[in-house]
Amino acid sequence: MKPFAYARPGSAAQAVRDVAAEPQAVFLAGGTNLVDHLKLGVAQPELVVDVRRLTSRDITDLEDGGLRLGAASTNSEVAADRRVRERYPVLAQALLAGATGQLRNLATTGGNPLQRTRCVYFQDVTTPCNKRQPGSGCSAVGGYTRYHAVLGTAAALPDPTAPETCIATHPSDMAVALAALDAQVQVLGRDGARTVPFVDLHRLPGDDPSRDTVLEHGELITAIDLPPLAPGARSAYRKVRDRASYAFALVSVAAVVDPDGVRIALGGVAHKPWRASRAEEVLHGGPLTEDAVRHAMDVELTAAQPQPGVDGGNGFKIPLVSRTVVATLRDLEASS
Amino acid sequence: MDAEISLTVDGVPRRLTVDTRTTLLDTLRERLGNTSPKKGCDHGQCGACTILLDGERALSCLALAVAHDGAELTTADGLAPQGELHPVQQAFLDRDAFQCGYCTPGQVCSAVGVLQEVRRGWPSHATRDLTADPGLTHDEVAERMSGNLCRCGAYANIVPAVQDAAR
Repeated sequence: MKPFAYARPGSAAQAVRDVAAEPQAVFLAGGTNLVDHLKLGVAQPELVVDVRRLTSRDITDLEDGGLRLGAASTNSEVAADRRVRERYPVLAQALLAGATGQLRNLATTGGNPLQRTRCVYFQDVTTPCNKRQPGSGCSAVGGYTRYHAVLGTAAALPDPTAPETCIATHPSDMAVALAALDAQVQVLGRDGARTVPFVDLHRLPGDDPSRDTVLEHGELITAIDLPPLAPGARSAYRKVRDRASYAFALVSVAAVVDPDGVRIALGGVAHKPWRASRAEEVLHGGPLTEDAVRHAMDVELTAAQPQPGVDGGNGFKIPLVSRTVVATLRDLEASS
Repeated sequence: MDAEISLTVDGVPRRLTVDTRTTLLDTLRERLGNTSPKKGCDHGQCGACTILLDGERALSCLALAVAHDGAELTTADGLAPQGELHPVQQAFLDRDAFQCGYCTPGQVCSAVGVLQEVRRGWPSHATRDLTADPGLTHDEVAERMSGNLCRCGAYANIVPAVQDAAR
């Protein structure tokens, strides 16, 4: 591990200034992803700024009936909170489907959405990776693609040598639920505070796969707000994985059904938590029958691009995610 | 780069200077001579390094010591301070819940955390009704202990041991 300086400033504002002033600085919260990356050489910061005790650990009621999750609240605490379990079951279920008890006790609300992809090539510093080392190429194309994207990638087979190629997925379960809930991210930067809709926090690779989010260097998440759900709203998270526990999603689905319609977010299929807006539009105002949902997902997945790979590729994800949406909505309808 | 930190380890206050890169696991094993937490994978995937960090189960291989200045750590060693076994340790013996024993200190610390979490009513992925208090069924224990791998495959005895310890 490369040597680094460690700082624990007196305030979140000072932490933001410290990181903004040093291009090779990073924030540290729970550390479950960053410390691993320090060991692997994926992250090689000059300065680590510890913010775990600088933001709120509280979960508080908002005046509009929503809930504010302080950035330092742990994944365990949020999943166990009575208000989250009763009002936002999709979020509790997503958190509990991720990682393990020992990890959820460390991982935080602010850190979880900012964890990096688990693409094996990103984590292996001996292989080219545009996300880790911009311009070096993408080793995943044509390689092991079981955990990789089928949405939001180039329409044709991506060129592994092109600097913009990246077929990585975002690994967080929590983030998929937050996308479906239309959460709002409270961000502190050098020029003050701003609010970023959660669905806009993460980005597609575009021409710079090294950037996972729209946050500028030095911007810090201080809280995540959950807007109130309409009376009678129901929500659920469903995750499909290679083993029963402690595995990243092959695909996952977060769904919220309320009198205004249905909201669907997909995990394991794209560089960001994927809000299935096209399917939502198709389903708007109509009944959530299995046929209707299947048709809506066909529309959503018209642009899906299966990746071939040495492991058989990931084309299986396209029917799998469609069926997982059908099953999630069927269960929600049955529980109404 | 060095930093001076204080830790309470199994009830004993310690003051030491550590490189900022040092994890709690390496601090315990290499600096303080407490080899109870094990270095299995060193990447947060196996659970052999599980300790109680300020009372909650956590992976000591993914925690930087400098970031936990002032923390209270309990290892499996510290669960039996005067040689009297913790109920979880006794249950592991009674149920023969190990073979080689390498993962056992982590399993034991994790189980102590699990029992505390269940007493508080914390749900898990195996909890059907999120608004009800979870029981300690086989599925609940297996899910909650899924972060502790046992390559001897003693799971069939670990699950009943954890259930016994709750009684």
